[in-house]
Amino acid sequence: MRSESTPLIELRQVSKTFGKAADSSVQRLLQRLHVTRPRPVTHAVDKVDLRIQRGEVVGLVGESGCGKSTLGRMVAGLLPVSSGTALVDGQPRDSLTPEERHAMRLKVQMIFQDPSSSLNPRLRVDRIVGEGALLHGLTDKHGFDDYVSAQLQRAGLSPQLRQRYPHQFSGGQRQRIGIARALAVQPELLVCDESVAALDVSIQAQILNLFMDLRDELGLTYLFISHDLGVVEHLCDRVVVMYLGRVVESASVDDLFARANHPYTQALLAQIPRFDVRSTRYDAIQGEIPSPLNPPAGCHFHPRCPHATARCREEVPALREVSPNHLSACHLNDLS
Amino acid sequence: MSLPERNAAAMSTQAPTQTPTLEVRNLCTSFYTRAGVLPAVRDVSLRVAPGRILGLVGESGSGKSVTGFSILGLVDAPGRISGGQVLFKGRDLTQLSAAGLRELQGNRIAMIFQDPMMTLNPVLRVDTQMIEAVRAHRTVSKREARAHAGRTLALMGIPSPEERLRAYPHQLSGGMRQRVAIAIALLHAPDLIIADEPTTALDVTIQAQILSEVQKLVREQGTSLIWITHDLSVVAGLADDVAVMYAGRIVEQGSVADVLDRPQHPYTQGLIDSLPSRNKRGQRLRQIPGMAPDLLSMPTGCAFAARCSRATSVCAQEPPEREIAPGQTVRCFHPGAADAQ
Repeated sequence: MRSESTPLIELRQVSKTFGKAADSSVQRLLQRLHVTRPRPVTHAVDKVDLRIQRGEVVGLVGESGCGKSTLGRMVAGLLPVSSGTALVDGQPRDSLTPEERHAMRLKVQMIFQDPSSSLNPRLRVDRIVGEGALLHGLTDKHGFDDYVSAQLQRAGLSPQLRQRYPHQFSGGQRQRIGIARALAVQPELLVCDESVAALDVSIQAQILNLFMDLRDELGLTYLFISHDLGVVEHLCDRVVVMYLGRVVESASVDDLFARANHPYTQALLAQIPRFDVRSTRYDAIQGEIPSPLNPPAGCHFHPRCPHATARCREEVPALREVSPNHLSACHLNDLS
Repeated sequence: MSLPERNAAAMSTQAPTQTPTLEVRNLCTSFYTRAGVLPAVRDVSLRVAPGRILGLVGESGSGKSVTGFSILGLVDAPGRISGGQVLFKGRDLTQLSAAGLRELQGNRIAMIFQDPMMTLNPVLRVDTQMIEAVRAHRTVSKREARAHAGRTLALMGIPSPEERLRAYPHQLSGGMRQRVAIAIALLHAPDLIIADEPTTALDVTIQAQILSEVQKLVREQGTSLIWITHDLSVVAGLADDVAVMYAGRIVEQGSVADVLDRPQHPYTQGLIDSLPSRNKRGQRLRQIPGMAPDLLSMPTGCAFAARCSRATSVCAQEPPEREIAPGQTVRCFHPGAADAQ
């Protein structure tokens, strides 16, 4: 049943909106009488398709507010989708029985940005790491200590630190606890949401190395969410670029960094400070990312795009293949 | 600017006879806590000439921010400057009275913080705050002060400054707030700006916008700038000189070209080597083993020795600061290019 080409995770036309428009007639009437005001709706993620194959490392990049974290949480199953379908191993998530869903949950684990706020400060490390595994029957009371020790060791922490509390660790060590906790339930996919953003350069390198080692050892698949294109370039096989809730470009790392197609991606790449560039003159794209509450019509990027035409202001560009496995959503591609 | 032009501009600001805007000599700042004395800044010396940008680089806890705060006399109890001099245009700021310092703060020396809400008052409109800041150091009418505030906002590349003046900080985006905070720092065209990670929390496109504005202003107005950051790539593109801090000390210092292209200290080399862009894609990153020492229980001698591959018995002593090439100093008993290993 499970063929090689079945993606581990597939999102089909998935959207996520926060805040709801009036859906009952009473609400609509109250709004018309100005008793209540219509609630604003945020389209955090807008009809996104995403496929993650087994063993792949997919990078998801974009500026703050572009919906990359929301998308990551939907992949992890922490947020329900507003519309569209999320498939795990080819099966739609909402068609599963409760038991199947329970088991499915373990397959995708998340590692968060801030290691201090994602660990319960009142629990000792062994409970933080082992509780999930115990609950799901991956270990029992007798094997608990050994199981936790093994997880800690794999994440590069000494098992002797098992009885400590999170505040007794440094930032990098706390991130390792978060990784050990995720690994403890034997996941297949790790969703890393800005997992190294808060760490110092030298510690960041240690954690990135750990991610790469775990990929080799356990055959893990990653969705790596980051705003740091340097990290993504180093680690990922494929990159998906988001802007205001939509995917604007998706390509292999080599393709994207060598031949970025979308003007937004090009602008992003041009603006990363690069270590080997000295005394540069920064030449910035103008404007800021618009509010997702009130996104511009047509192509969301048109107000900041140097090549925008009348068509870009009206029509949403579709995500289309510009070369094999390289998708981009830009009207300019129709011209050539 | 074309390359020859840029070189010419760099040459003109490099005149060796020029007196520096700021010269810090053997600065020590410690925090006297119940748990013990934390030597946050130890024997730091640096100088910034007019129109130059110094990048002060280090990881968290290296003392880079405390160095910036010490220069401006902003270290609060239990912290105290325990030694050294901070010479601003020849005057020692550590000897100034509170009133004397206040006369300089925000006027001749300005600070930009990582979080713009440290600068901005959330319950006052932008114009109220800016007018107040102008009139704190200059006797002008409110109308003139407001006009000056508007011009400064425009200088920072803020669109429709008149509208922004009427806004409250919460109505502005993060990037816009940081620009307003920078504009406030620029109100009196200070001689020295200390910027503490001002773009760390911002997106790359917004960071590029702010870097481009700041760069332009420094070049045009001859301001001296200390840019405190952990991001070597930002320093590479922005700064003229760089000082690398580790555990409270400057371990290497010199021009950006010297230090970043020919690093001599093993810590500087380790930092540069651990950047993903300096490694082969998909390969393990070269990493510095271990972590920074606890300031409360600092090892004697070189603080980096425990993580250093070159460490020998001599490293149990404190390495002196040595000039290894003209303008490049390093604190290490075993300096040298990485390839020599």
